Amino acid sequence: MADASTSAKGDLRLTRITKSFGDFTAVDDLSLVIPEGSFFALLGPSGCGKTTTLRIIAGLEEPTVGSIHIGAVDITTKKSYQRPINTVFQNYALFPHLTIYENVAFGLRRRGIKDVKEAVDKVLNLVELPHLAQRKPTQLSGGQQQRIALARAIVNRPALLLLDEPLGALDLKLRRQMQIELKWIQTEVGLTFVHVTHDQEEAMTMADTIAVMNEGKIEQMGSPADLYDNPETAFVANFLGQSNLIKGTVEGTDGDSLVVNVFSQRIKIAKSRSHAKDNSVLAGIRPEKIRIHPEGTPATGNVLTGGVIADVSYIGVSTQYQVEMPWKQELMVFEQNDDGVPPLNKGDAVVLSWESIFTFALAGDEDASAGSEVMPEDLDE
Amino acid sequence: MKQLADAPIPTLPINARISRWFGRNLIRIYAVFGFTYLFIPVLYTFIFSFNDGGKSNLVWKGFTTANWQNPCGAPEVCTALGNSIKIGLLATTFSTILGTGIAFAIGRYNFKGRSSTNLLIFLPMATPEIVLGASLLSLFLVFQINPGFWPTVIAHVMFCISFVVVTVKARIASLDPRLEQAAMDLYANEFETFRRVTLPLVAPGIAGAALLAFSLSFDDFIITNFNSGTLSTFPKFVYVSATRGIPPQANVIGSSMFFLALIIVVVGQFVGNKRKPH
Amino acid sequence: MALIHAARSRVSAFSGGKASMPYVLLAPGLIFLFTFFILPIANLAQTSTQTPIAGGDTGEYEQTFHFANYVNAFLDNKEQFGRSFLYATLATVLALAIAYPLAYAIALKSGKFKNFLLVLVVAPFFTSFLLRTIAWKQILGEGGFVVPTLRGLHIIGEQTSLTASAVAVVAGMTYNFLPFMTLPLYASLERIDPRTLEASGDLYANGITTFRKVTLPLSMPGVVAGTLLTFIPAAGDYVNAAILGNPNTKMIGNVIDSSFFKIVDYPTAAALSFTLMIAILILVTIYIRKSGTDELV
Repeated sequence: MADASTSAKGDLRLTRITKSFGDFTAVDDLSLVIPEGSFFALLGPSGCGKTTTLRIIAGLEEPTVGSIHIGAVDITTKKSYQRPINTVFQNYALFPHLTIYENVAFGLRRRGIKDVKEAVDKVLNLVELPHLAQRKPTQLSGGQQQRIALARAIVNRPALLLLDEPLGALDLKLRRQMQIELKWIQTEVGLTFVHVTHDQEEAMTMADTIAVMNEGKIEQMGSPADLYDNPETAFVANFLGQSNLIKGTVEGTDGDSLVVNVFSQRIKIAKSRSHAKDNSVLAGIRPEKIRIHPEGTPATGNVLTGGVIADVSYIGVSTQYQVEMPWKQELMVFEQNDDGVPPLNKGDAVVLSWESIFTFALAGDEDASAGSEVMPEDLDE
Repeated sequence: MKQLADAPIPTLPINARISRWFGRNLIRIYAVFGFTYLFIPVLYTFIFSFNDGGKSNLVWKGFTTANWQNPCGAPEVCTALGNSIKIGLLATTFSTILGTGIAFAIGRYNFKGRSSTNLLIFLPMATPEIVLGASLLSLFLVFQINPGFWPTVIAHVMFCISFVVVTVKARIASLDPRLEQAAMDLYANEFETFRRVTLPLVAPGIAGAALLAFSLSFDDFIITNFNSGTLSTFPKFVYVSATRGIPPQANVIGSSMFFLALIIVVVGQFVGNKRKPH
Repeated sequence: MALIHAARSRVSAFSGGKASMPYVLLAPGLIFLFTFFILPIANLAQTSTQTPIAGGDTGEYEQTFHFANYVNAFLDNKEQFGRSFLYATLATVLALAIAYPLAYAIALKSGKFKNFLLVLVVAPFFTSFLLRTIAWKQILGEGGFVVPTLRGLHIIGEQTSLTASAVAVVAGMTYNFLPFMTLPLYASLERIDPRTLEASGDLYANGITTFRKVTLPLSMPGVVAGTLLTFIPAAGDYVNAAILGNPNTKMIGNVIDSSFFKIVDYPTAAALSFTLMIAILILVTIYIRKSGTDELV
């Protein structure tokens, strides 16, 4: 990541931002650089501070301490209407008394632009709703309102576009479609997008870079693949997808790998994927990376024996197994139904294996369930 | 990132913080002044209810609780209060019943003449009190009905109905009709749906309307003055005695009504909150 | 949200019920209003064109369709009419200026104290408005502490008085009708989604522009309702003029009152009442049309 001295012209830079509401610290000493032109997602559960961070960037909330820069310009004390930043609000916040056309023209008119027609028509075409220009917001469907909210923001060509759970109020199908359109529009107009969401799928579909937030701090930041394949904390491992985390002890090294003893069986973990601080580790493996075999089948890579199938769920595209290991931990296994072999049954004795490169290691003192029991955000809060 | 996280924490200078605080709280400071303005005469009335001023309560003559111990001490004051309460309760009962009926008809049905009904409800509110009072008195005179207790009750019911309709209608309009549909889906017939679902949900609106009707009736002077003849009510008593000084007992009654109303509203809120499932 | 609103149609769960039901609910109330509101107004119209019976007692009149009553009543009381509408307009504007920020603070800036503050707005109602008006008279009168203090500070001259003046009458009316102004304003401000105000700021509107372009238009129904609820009773009021005014601040209400009770000139009182009512209705209709909030009626 770029630092202060190498920031490009339009990068957004948050320096040591803290925001407290009374005793509650919503954002805790957060520093962040968002490069110009990127699609950046702030991902986290309800109350993690991501919306507060967004509001601080927008100028709707003042940080208790800390500063915000766009390029070399300090905007910390600027009011929201003085910042070259626009927001697509959760539930859109369209002006109910104005037509769609006037909603979109609002920002242009405030900046003293006389001839707004061309710009407004162009952006309404971009979101494919030019025929609704003279309607009022209440006459539009949720998906249409969402696009108008987007049009109203991007027509101003801001240095930064903020999206606050923009798709939360839409149904699943529409959400998928809008995810693709948003990504396309971002490429088309070339603006920096900062997207706040609690939906990991949404973040991974659209963003180049994701920052996972928890309790006012950034847990980890990186590309979607980075975060998924190489999580640094149990929270990230569990919040982005699902993970099996198994307690183990580092016994030695083998080339570029650590040799880890998990309940008297040995597995290998690439050193580059280890975030352990000492010999005590949590070995992590994603459920879909594991292969499941009947007992006695020879297996390669990392192998764990002695499992018994505790539960089987057939869900069409895959079969999900809960496998009880000798140390009484249940591991999750997702097996693609692509090999023509009928699913195994409850009670079958099995061997689990996976390519050792897929393993990651977390510090052994972490809470293995962190981030896994977070409820989805209540969108009406 | 690393460099940023190790940078000194940027903070705002103190004078910027102070001016920001004022910017944020200007409207709240204004509200404090607004409420002070609203409450100065209430406070004055309360303080002078402790005045040892005898019949005329114009200047402060010393502290006493005698007025509170004997609120009926001044001649006529409690007769007037009694009349006001009786008229208020009767007017509230009738106007709430009649107005709630109209509110349900307007809020729940599409019928012929709905907009003219709306207009008929709006007109009494758009007519100055003095016209309402004078016209009703003319009618009573034509039919040779003497002004007094019942003409006053009728007058009060007349001007309270519109306010009841507006208040209850607003509550009905905010109800989700799907709740009633759900009740019917769950085997409740029209009457049971009304009794078990609609009425409990509209009840706070009706209670609010009744409270409003009572306070309008209790505090009314102009219409009452036209239609009550020689009957004394509390506002009439205050108005008449204003020229020669209002006895402090009137302040006691005014302050008591204030506190009573506060208690009713606060208890009502409390009960309402407790009933809400959390 | 939009979907939920769309689902909330006016059509009721009972719409399939008996067609007579609304009329059953309406009848008692409407009959009452017809008898004690419409009939009296009609009767008032009739009285307004009567003339005294020749040789009859005081208060005895006959119907002669003497429309000149209106002309005479108006010409004799032009000043009072003008004063009533002037004072009512001033009081309405002042009340709006005071109540709007107050309602705004309660609706959008009071957090969990919202309900409590709302109760506080209504609470002074319950101390009789006459007691409060008289309290103002005494606070601002010669015996109160305000006048001597202001004189001591040379803010007002030795001869200046705060009571028994037009200023006192307008101030009294402003005070009296403040809650009527505040409540409808509150109701419409409270319905504004605060995010639309944030959105306005986000779209380069400063505080004043946001107020002009978003807050005010969205609160127009409250402004209209509040100004009507203040202007109408203020125009017909005579209590403030009687308590806080002097003989030169008499309003039309004072004239109607004394025509009825002191002079017992019912036709003049009726003609004045009717003129006042029609004038107010015309003003109100124009006002509602102009402000584009027809849904109020």
